[in-house]
Amino acid sequence: MIEVENLTKDYGARLGIDGLTFSAEKGELLGFLGPNGAGKTTTMRILTCFFPATSGRATVAGFDCFEDSLEVRKRLGYMPESVPLYKDMEVGEYLSFVAGAKGVEAKDVKKSVDRVIGDCGLSEYPKSMISELSKGYRQRVGLAQALVNDPEILILDEPTNGLDPRQIREIRKLITELAGQRTMILSSHILPEVSKVCKKIVIIDKGKLVAVDTPDNLVSNVHGATKMFLRIDGPAKGVTAELGKIKGVSKVEPDDSAPDAFIVSIKKGADIKQDIPPVVVNNNWNLLEMRAIQASLEDVFIHLVTKEDA
Amino acid sequence: MFRNIGLIYKKEIKSYFKSYIAYVVIAVFMVITGFMFNDVVVKFSMLSFKAQGNPMLAKQYNLLNVTETVVRPMFGQISMIMLLMMPMLTMKLLADEKKSGTMELILTYPIRDAEVVMGKYLAGLTVFAAMLFSTVTYPLLLIALGEPEIVPMITGYFGLFLMGAAFVSLGLFASSVTENQIIAASLALGMLFLFYLMSMSAAYVSPGIGRIVSYLSINDHFFSMAKGVVDTEDIIYYLSFVVFFLFLTMRSIESHRWRG
Repeated sequence: MIEVENLTKDYGARLGIDGLTFSAEKGELLGFLGPNGAGKTTTMRILTCFFPATSGRATVAGFDCFEDSLEVRKRLGYMPESVPLYKDMEVGEYLSFVAGAKGVEAKDVKKSVDRVIGDCGLSEYPKSMISELSKGYRQRVGLAQALVNDPEILILDEPTNGLDPRQIREIRKLITELAGQRTMILSSHILPEVSKVCKKIVIIDKGKLVAVDTPDNLVSNVHGATKMFLRIDGPAKGVTAELGKIKGVSKVEPDDSAPDAFIVSIKKGADIKQDIPPVVVNNNWNLLEMRAIQASLEDVFIHLVTKEDA
Repeated sequence: MFRNIGLIYKKEIKSYFKSYIAYVVIAVFMVITGFMFNDVVVKFSMLSFKAQGNPMLAKQYNLLNVTETVVRPMFGQISMIMLLMMPMLTMKLLADEKKSGTMELILTYPIRDAEVVMGKYLAGLTVFAAMLFSTVTYPLLLIALGEPEIVPMITGYFGLFLMGAAFVSLGLFASSVTENQIIAASLALGMLFLFYLMSMSAAYVSPGIGRIVSYLSINDHFFSMAKGVVDTEDIIYYLSFVVFFLFLTMRSIESHRWRG
């Protein structure tokens, strides 16, 4: 549905994106992740035909974003990061304008507008001036304008940016509900955001592709050690020394969460679950807690992004 | 095609009136032109009154008729005030969309750049036409109270409309090159003045260049129309002026796209 091939955007002073390649199948929810300034917005602007790429190819629904830009734009719903709206218009009036501009048949405009007003929870505000709406509701209007032509492809640039936690949850829920059969690209620099909604994640940094995978695979493939959390009632020095002797343990360090807590780093491929209790018992200590620490997507992200700098 | 132009046009017209820009600009325009019109009429009637008792004075002002002493100065004044007010009318057309970021959305809708430009141009032109129409009371008053020639009035208004159409296109272009409305207005005012004052310098340069300069001058083409003569050359001048600046506006939007 969306194909990006070797895409490069040269801003003159710097490269916005550099040889980016990825794709999204029909109906896929693609998370676009990267630190601020990584090139997320640049990529989205090329896909939405706002500006052309310097080199490379981007096709959406089989149409080239540069050659057949009007065809691409007919099939798109786009919400830019800043959610620009005409503040001097009423919600319903604005959505009717957008519906017309996006090529919705004149006789269907009212129906489409009513549909998105209902879907986006704006039923109480069709006559409100956009300038009078709160940030959360403006975000809803932004979503509604993206959806008003019932697009096959939805591109949302940081859709929850600047909202309070309750609004973030509401918008996230709305996005998941409205995604439906659509292909969607959602960008964010906040990880839980993406991992909650998306099935596939593209991580970019400094305009370059760093990783493409499912959230689960990304986590399990993270390089380096996995970790275990232990709470052992015993002398800290002794515990550290004894645990360090176990085969497969690379590092033992005390954890700040409790005086008897330790984090054990395990070498790749090793399994030490069986080996810990005997050590504790032999030393007459008490094992209070033992669990594996899952590397979070956050760790993966930091790991992948900082690796570039090293 | 026409539907998209119509959509943009309707949105702009609504915004002109909702934001009160149209009301304020037209009202200010009416106050100033009305004041000036009153001034020329009073001057004319005082001169006429004096001339009754002093035939020499009447001879001195051998052009003492309504068309020469009232109607033509009135057209000159209207065109000058038009020039001053037009940048206020056009400055927001594209600059505002760029500033608020709505340009990014409009340019990702399935609308051609040309349709956006045409819709906005026609909206500006419509408000200008309303502004110009508001001055029609002045010649109507003259017709009611005196016996002016009708034809120069009609052609004069036609000329003013063409000149205003040219002003709007230039203003739209100025609005497309910046996201700051004050800069857009200043640019438009500067360029309009340049085209307006060009004819003055035509006398000081060599005849060949002088002809070119006076041809380019935006008001030289208006003089003959104010006298009742409609020349296709003048119409072509204004039309090509409009087309040229609409073309530049489109190029400017395209460059905005490429630069991102």
